[in-house]
Amino acid sequence: MSNVSDVIVIGAGVIGNATAYYLAKKGYSVTVLEKSEYIGNGGSSRNGGGVRQSGRHPAELPLVMYGVQNLWPNLSEELGMDVEYYQQGNLRLGKTLEHIKILENLTNSAASGGLDVRMIDYGDAKEICPYLSEEVVGASWCPTDGHANPLLTTLAYYRAARRLGVRFVSGEAALEIRKIGGRARQVAAENGVYNADSIVVTAGIDSNRILASVGLKVPMNPALLECLVTEDCPPMFYQMLGTAMADFYGHQSKHGSFVFGGTTGFEPYTSGVGVPPATPSSAPGTCRGIIKYFPVLKDLKIVRAWAGYMDDCFDHIPVIDTPSEVPGLVIGCGFSGHGFGISPTAAAVLAQLAVEETPVMDISQFKYDRFKVRG
Amino acid sequence: MSAIDRNRNLTEYIPAADDDMIVCRCEEVTKGEIRRAVHDGMFNIHEVRRFLRCGMGLCQGQTCARLVKTIIARELGVSPGELADATARAPTRPVEMYIFAKERGRSE
Repeated sequence: MSNVSDVIVIGAGVIGNATAYYLAKKGYSVTVLEKSEYIGNGGSSRNGGGVRQSGRHPAELPLVMYGVQNLWPNLSEELGMDVEYYQQGNLRLGKTLEHIKILENLTNSAASGGLDVRMIDYGDAKEICPYLSEEVVGASWCPTDGHANPLLTTLAYYRAARRLGVRFVSGEAALEIRKIGGRARQVAAENGVYNADSIVVTAGIDSNRILASVGLKVPMNPALLECLVTEDCPPMFYQMLGTAMADFYGHQSKHGSFVFGGTTGFEPYTSGVGVPPATPSSAPGTCRGIIKYFPVLKDLKIVRAWAGYMDDCFDHIPVIDTPSEVPGLVIGCGFSGHGFGISPTAAAVLAQLAVEETPVMDISQFKYDRFKVRG
Repeated sequence: MSAIDRNRNLTEYIPAADDDMIVCRCEEVTKGEIRRAVHDGMFNIHEVRRFLRCGMGLCQGQTCARLVKTIIARELGVSPGELADATARAPTRPVEMYIFAKERGRSE
């Protein structure tokens, strides 16, 4: 098979697969190179599946709102398989006055960005989700938030792109981007050389290894993200959950199991080598968080826990840009652990950038050159 | 590691008499679903499992993993030995949340 296509995408995670899909839909030929033997084996298959607008960085709010209004509602239909998108709102819970202050700040910030999110009291929250602990005093409520299945979304974009003729090569690590005539046009990989008119790097935390070959570097570190899943139980509630203190977050999946994530505070301090196993302390901490807010779930059995890397950027928002240093190169990385919810929009924009169309929205806050030294 | 072109042609999917046979008992996934997933581009047990949930139920694939691998291998026309095993994940047996929560001797 010829190693020439219109666009090369490096990294077959949800954003790379979706970028390839949107490009193929426009009629371009695409090759996707994936270092792992497996499609979507990084953060794309390891996150908690939130499709949240509330609690977002203000810069990301337009991206996620565009997705929630235009892309997520029809995604299953468009990709020809169920990605288990539920839009039943997000409850962010608080148990103390201090928690409520934190929630009010988040709510005010999101509301000023045009999002319908508001503070509600215990009674209203209990009406939305009758399983709450009586210790909850209030919550923020965003009715248009939701969740989806990240494993299926990642594979649905892959499957749909593959059906449109996108060429995927797994087990093929990109080693070097080469400029020809001043433009990024070639990727030297472990087993072959690939040529295209533009190159999109969506390789998560591994993006810097590839960008280094053209002298670029995004200030980001690997940070752990750990999740767990319970046995399945009959449908109880389908809101996305979170707390003021981020003790845990999660939701019940279509299958009936609950998927929860949580934080330990040690996330940034990782070796950054290989695929990370779940740590012994994270899932128990998450369980304590869950039981504090949902004592009714305490007898549910945990069947599996896992970990992944987030590409945690200096300012916790991604780089989505065509850096002027390297014409023909498009960067989409640094999603900092909240890339899944914005993946359809981010990919639609990356596809536009790759073929020099005007992006559907302003992305000036995600420029590569925004990082300035202190002195 | 050898590169695998996901667009290489497999032989045509031909329905088989035992396609309705349940292979993953926990999640009720049939042989035919696994075979079709391979033809849909899921070329290893990791992807098939994420696509269909086989091996993600209460037994975590301890019953069906070898069978699933054999079915995938046959569909791809390779030896099962060439395919990696699914990742085993903690806990080995399902554990109640309130027990898991007490790992430091706490009583919440």
